[in-house]
Amino acid sequence: MPIDWTALVIFILLFAMVTILGFVAVHWRRGDLDLLHEWGLAGGRFGTVVTWFLLGGDLYTAYTFIAVPALMFGAGAIGFFAIPYSIMAYPLVFAVFPRMWSVARHNGYITASDFVRGRYGSRWLALAVAITGIVATMPYIALQLVGIQVVIAALGIEGSGWMADLPLVIAFVILAAFTYTSGLRAPAAIAIVKDTLIWITVIAAVIVIPIQLGGYGKIFAAVPAAKLLLAPGPANAVLPYSAYFTLALGSALALFLYPHAMTGVLSASSRGAISRNAALLPAYSFLLGLIALLGFMALAVGVDKAPEFAAFAKAYPRNFAVPALFISVFPSWFVGIAFAAIAIGALVPAAIMSIAAANLWTRNIYKEFVNPACTPAQEAQMAKVVSLVVKFGALVFIVFIPLQYAINLQLLGGVWIIQTLPAVIIGLYTRWFHQKALLLGWLVGIAAGTWLAAMQGFTPMTAVPIGSYVLPSYTALATLVLNFAVAIVLTPIFNAMGGARRIDETRVEHYG
Amino acid sequence: MQGNSSRLWYLLLLAPYGAIIWVSSYNKAEPGWAGIPFFYWYQLLWILIGSALTVIVYFATRRRDG
Repeated sequence: MPIDWTALVIFILLFAMVTILGFVAVHWRRGDLDLLHEWGLAGGRFGTVVTWFLLGGDLYTAYTFIAVPALMFGAGAIGFFAIPYSIMAYPLVFAVFPRMWSVARHNGYITASDFVRGRYGSRWLALAVAITGIVATMPYIALQLVGIQVVIAALGIEGSGWMADLPLVIAFVILAAFTYTSGLRAPAAIAIVKDTLIWITVIAAVIVIPIQLGGYGKIFAAVPAAKLLLAPGPANAVLPYSAYFTLALGSALALFLYPHAMTGVLSASSRGAISRNAALLPAYSFLLGLIALLGFMALAVGVDKAPEFAAFAKAYPRNFAVPALFISVFPSWFVGIAFAAIAIGALVPAAIMSIAAANLWTRNIYKEFVNPACTPAQEAQMAKVVSLVVKFGALVFIVFIPLQYAINLQLLGGVWIIQTLPAVIIGLYTRWFHQKALLLGWLVGIAAGTWLAAMQGFTPMTAVPIGSYVLPSYTALATLVLNFAVAIVLTPIFNAMGGARRIDETRVEHYG
Repeated sequence: MQGNSSRLWYLLLLAPYGAIIWVSSYNKAEPGWAGIPFFYWYQLLWILIGSALTVIVYFATRRRDG
C-alpha cells in the first residue's frame, strides 16, 4: 500500500507525545525510584481513577483489539467469548482481590509469589508461582509487538531485510528506555492518553460505520449464517456449547493471576479502589464488545475482497481486518489517530508486563536464591535491568521466530498460569492445602496441560471423555480440575506423613 | 466481613455466571434489537447487569475504611 502521509504524520506526533509523557512521568507522585516498590508498583499510590485507566490499559491490550475482531472476522460468533470472559472476571475480582490487596499491603508483598512464600513458608512453591508468571508473560509481551507491526504495515511503511523491522525496533527502544527510567509511573500516565484515544476511535467507529453501511441490520446480514451463531457441539456432548463457556470461564479465572494484572491491583492506594474498579472496569468490556463487532463490519465492507488490501491480507491474515476497515471508512487524519491508539495500546501492557516479570525475577528468584543480602538499591537496579532483558527477548522472538509460535506459547501461557490458582486464590481463604500437595498439583496441571495442548495442535480445546460422552472443555479449566484433584488427595497424605507445617507469617486481620 | 447477613449479598454475583453458562438460552438471532441479533445484544446487556450487581453488593457490604 502507498504511504498515507497525513495518517503517518499524526501517528508519529502522537507517538512522540507519549514518549515525552513516559519520561516526564518520573516526576508524577514522586518517590524514591531506587526502591523496588516505588519503581515497580509506583509506591502503591494510585487511586480509583488512575487504577481504572491503568488496569484498562493493561488488560485490554493492543493484541486484544486486533485479535478479537480478527477472530470474529475469521471464525464468527466464537470470537465473542471475550465478552462472557470479561463478564465472569469482574465479580471474581470484587470478591477476591481486595483480600489480596490487604494482605500484600500489610506484609509488603509486591508479587503473588511473595504472598505464597509468606503464607505457606515454602520457597519452592513460591518459585513455581514466580517461574509460571514469568514464562506465561514473555509470549504475551511478544504478541503486543504484533499490534504495532500490523499498524506500521497498514500505514504503508515497507522495507526489506533488517530495515523491515526498524520501526518496530525504534518503538521498542523508546518503550524500554522510559520503563527503565520511570517504572510503573510511565505506563500509568500513558494509559490515560491511550484509553482516551481508544474510546474516541471506537465510539466514532460504531457510529460512523453503521451510518455508512446502512445500519446494524445490514452489517449482520453480510455475515454468513455459519458465523452468526455458535455451532452446536458434538452429538454426544454432556452439555451443549461447553466449548464457549469453559473458554470464557477458564480465561476469567486465569486473568488476574497474570503478573501484569497483579501489579495493577497492588499499585492501588486502597482496598476500596479495587472493589470500585470491579464495578467500573466493565465499561472496557462494553468497549471490547463493540470492538469485536468491528470484525463483522470488516466483513460487511468486504475488506477481504478489496484488491488494494490483497498484499496486506496475505502478510497479516485475519489481523489485517480492523486496520483495513479503518482505512476504508475513515479520513486519513482519523486513521492516524486510530492507528496511534493501537500502537500506544501495545506500549502500556508491554511496559507493565515487563515490570511485573522483573518484579518476580528480582524478588522471588534473585533475592530468594541468588543474592539474599542484596541492598534495596541493588534490588531495584536488578529489576530495571531485567525489564530491559525481558523486552529485548520479546523483540528477538517476534523478529526471528514465526508468529505462530508466539501465539501458541501465549495460549499455553493461559494453561500454565491458571495452575497457580489453588496456591494463590484458595490460599487467600484457607491454608488447608499442604504446600507439597500444591506443588505436585501444579506440576501435574502444567505437564498435563502442555501435553494436551501439544496433542491438539495448540488449539485451546480438549474433549474430556466421560463414559461414552465427551465434555468439550478449555484445556486450562480441565487441567485445573486435575490440579485440584491431586492437591486434595495428597494433602491428607502429606499431613499423615508428619513433618511440621511451615510458619504462616500472615494473620487473619491482614486480610481485612 | 461483617456478618453472615452481609455476606449473603455476595450471592448476587453468581447470577452472571448462571446466565453465561446457559448458552442455549441465548444462542439465537431473534429477537433482534436495532438490527443486532439476540446473541450479541444479550451478552452486551449482561456486562451492564454484572456491573450493576457489583455496585449493589459494593454499597450493601461497604465498610467505613473502604
